Amino acid sequence: MLRTTAILTILAMTAGAASAETLRWARAGDSLTLDPHAQNEGPTHTLAHQIYEPLIIRDVTGAFEPALATEWAPSESDPNVWTFKLRPDVTFHDGAAFTAEDVVFSFNRAKSEFSAMKELLTSIVEIRAVDDLTVEFVTDGPNPILPSNFTNLFVMDSGWAEANGVVDVQNIAEGETTFAATNANGTGPFTLTSREPDVKTVLDQNPNYWGMEQFPMDVTRIEYTPIQNAATRVAALLSGEVDFIQDVPVQDLDRVNGTDGLVVKTAPQNRVIFLGMNMGAADLERDSVDGANPFADVRVRRAMNMAINRDAIQQVVMRGQSQPAGMIAPPFVNGWTEALDAVSPADVEGAKALLAEAGYADGFTVQLDCPNDRYVNDEAICQAVAGMLGQIGITINLNAQSKALHFPLIQNDQTDFYLLGWGVPTYDSEYIFNFLVHTKEGDRGSWNPTGFSDADVDAKIVGLASQTDLDARNADVAAIWDVVQEQQLYLPLHHQVLNWGMTDAVGTEVSPEDDPKFKHFTMN
Amino acid sequence: MLAYIIRRVFQSIIVLLAVGLVAFSMFRFVGDPIEQLLGQERTVQDVERLREALGLNDPFPVQYAKFLGRAATGDFGISYRQSRPVAEIIAERAPATLELAFVSGVLALGFGIGLGVFTAIRRDGWAANIIMSASLIGVSLPTFLIGILLIYLFGVQLRWLPTFGRGDVVDLGWWTTGFLTSSGLKSLILPSITLGLFQMTLIMRLVRSEMLEVLRQDYIRFARARGLSAKAVNFRHALKNTMIPVITVTGLQLGAIIAFAIITETVFQWPGVGLLFINAVQFVDIPVMAAYLMLISVMFVMINLLVDILYVWVDPRLRIDGRHS
Repeated sequence: MLRTTAILTILAMTAGAASAETLRWARAGDSLTLDPHAQNEGPTHTLAHQIYEPLIIRDVTGAFEPALATEWAPSESDPNVWTFKLRPDVTFHDGAAFTAEDVVFSFNRAKSEFSAMKELLTSIVEIRAVDDLTVEFVTDGPNPILPSNFTNLFVMDSGWAEANGVVDVQNIAEGETTFAATNANGTGPFTLTSREPDVKTVLDQNPNYWGMEQFPMDVTRIEYTPIQNAATRVAALLSGEVDFIQDVPVQDLDRVNGTDGLVVKTAPQNRVIFLGMNMGAADLERDSVDGANPFADVRVRRAMNMAINRDAIQQVVMRGQSQPAGMIAPPFVNGWTEALDAVSPADVEGAKALLAEAGYADGFTVQLDCPNDRYVNDEAICQAVAGMLGQIGITINLNAQSKALHFPLIQNDQTDFYLLGWGVPTYDSEYIFNFLVHTKEGDRGSWNPTGFSDADVDAKIVGLASQTDLDARNADVAAIWDVVQEQQLYLPLHHQVLNWGMTDAVGTEVSPEDDPKFKHFTMN
Repeated sequence: MLAYIIRRVFQSIIVLLAVGLVAFSMFRFVGDPIEQLLGQERTVQDVERLREALGLNDPFPVQYAKFLGRAATGDFGISYRQSRPVAEIIAERAPATLELAFVSGVLALGFGIGLGVFTAIRRDGWAANIIMSASLIGVSLPTFLIGILLIYLFGVQLRWLPTFGRGDVVDLGWWTTGFLTSSGLKSLILPSITLGLFQMTLIMRLVRSEMLEVLRQDYIRFARARGLSAKAVNFRHALKNTMIPVITVTGLQLGAIIAFAIITETVFQWPGVGLLFINAVQFVDIPVMAAYLMLISVMFVMINLLVDILYVWVDPRLRIDGRHS
């Protein structure tokens, strides 16, 4: 009798396991808030993507995939208008119907003062609902790449927002906490079951999801635990306590791969690592040259570029986990070309000769500012670069410190030579130009402390936003890249590579944005 | 007596204020919270607006005065990182740290006293020598290494115990406890050993040397000569007289267990206040850092105050000295 009960229990358990697949997921950081417009930050968006949906998302290859919009195109009558057709018969988790009015509400919310997403929507002057399933976006000029700004702009239910007093975005700066920061009501494939920030978040599959037939939807429950310490995170995967971790440290790749039942999947990330130099100042504060700025001479910048052995950095510092880069755009970005990204081998003799030609045959000393907790092996990269530049006589004083101290140096123009990493969420070169190439003034060039300023290039960059002829626009993009490369504005190092570790039951490819969307996952 | 206590309380408050002032003057060296609060797309105007709104443009004495003014009314501000009241977050995290500290304290005290007595009585036995040598490991290995070794052995290789987290907890409304579930209890084992090992070896060595001292005393010899059982001599007479310094040190070490749980909590992803503090430092979450540091200093000051008062109670000579000075 007892045995029969036991067998029945086991049968019941196995039957349950076949239909319910829990994915235990860990990564280093937690989402900062559930308010979908309050933070523009990776882990926050990744969690939001499971609960809320934008009009369009990017699939694992980086290509557009329809989400709440089914089709979109610029209006034929007016080049300043984009028309989006919305998906019919979609409901929010609380049962409310999804309509055009929710889209208008959400985009206006994302454009409001306290929103962290408003910079992506600056060109929009009006959002209007034409009918229940059609929305028009009016821009201040033709904007051919508008949809690429929408892939992290989540849609909320306007009725729910009004009922719960969260029409306004949570004001992070004032330290406001709101209902929307701890509760969520989206249209997405998973509903929020419980959440303890920094401890554990549980999501369950939304049985009424519109994409139940379209996507694998094998994962029925997600248990998300942030585990900060890399060794602990890997140990949790090795011991079978989690099924999927997003950040496997490079030194543990072989170990995870060599364990039965575990795999590491690797793909290039949407992030390029490079060095920048202050070429605009008349004299550098932290160097050995008085009364002159060695970086102002393009020959010095080129010589430094020639001295860097990117293959050695890839093999030794990154243990193969990087792709040497010749330009500061990741490969899937519009404007990237294989020719520009090609890397030539290091040429120490040539670099020395060029440096001598510029008048620095004996080299000089300069400070390199570097973060030590932001990018993969960032400090080690800087140490390697210091050694390579030492070979041509440039002595580096390395100043490696926390990102919270490093980034203000770039922000406040207090660095002569620095390391930076850059991702391109819009997949278009314009984004890079706006932040890294345009003169630092007004809304543009906020991450360009190099002092580089070229009126012709600036005019071209500003023009890109309203250039409707895509061929002419691409020609302008190429022309700007030519200047960037010719002037050796930056010293590209490599494209970072992402490593996801998982049990072999989990089926997914690695997305370049490091944002898994669990509706795409299969579970065996 | 009362005057002595009042004077000590007054001194404690000055210590607290000084700790707070030093903490606030240090925050600027941790970095700029703005970098974490605004995304890559932020403009220069956004940065300025936020700096002003957060009061980061004020000189640090002004920031400190504002903090004190609010803290006096029980308001520790709002966490930059979680956008929730700091007091609420700390109250939520405290049970995890206190339970961990309690278990490691009990382990340290129980094993420390037991092994200390054992190694004192059998001072030349091989078991005592092995224990004494092994205790050197506890004193000399850094906590994070012990934690990782334990995780590797019991979590990854043997798979007996969980490698991270607190397991399932039961919410009692004002307190969350891991004592009531089997996964909660299992999760406590490795972190509490990691956290308590140093204290255990410390107490053990202290008890041992005090015991050896006491066992040499005349009254022990007389007790033996009178034919009392070894048990009565060792535990009733000898151990009792070794306890006074042990209690003093244990009291202070309890504070250390709570304050230095930071490393253990980081290694085991233990959701307590130590992990909260590490997160706050990385994010430059000034309200959380300030509240945590004040809390820890209040705790140390309180423990010291209690110890001082206990001394006065135990040792009448201090009372007379107090009146003279």
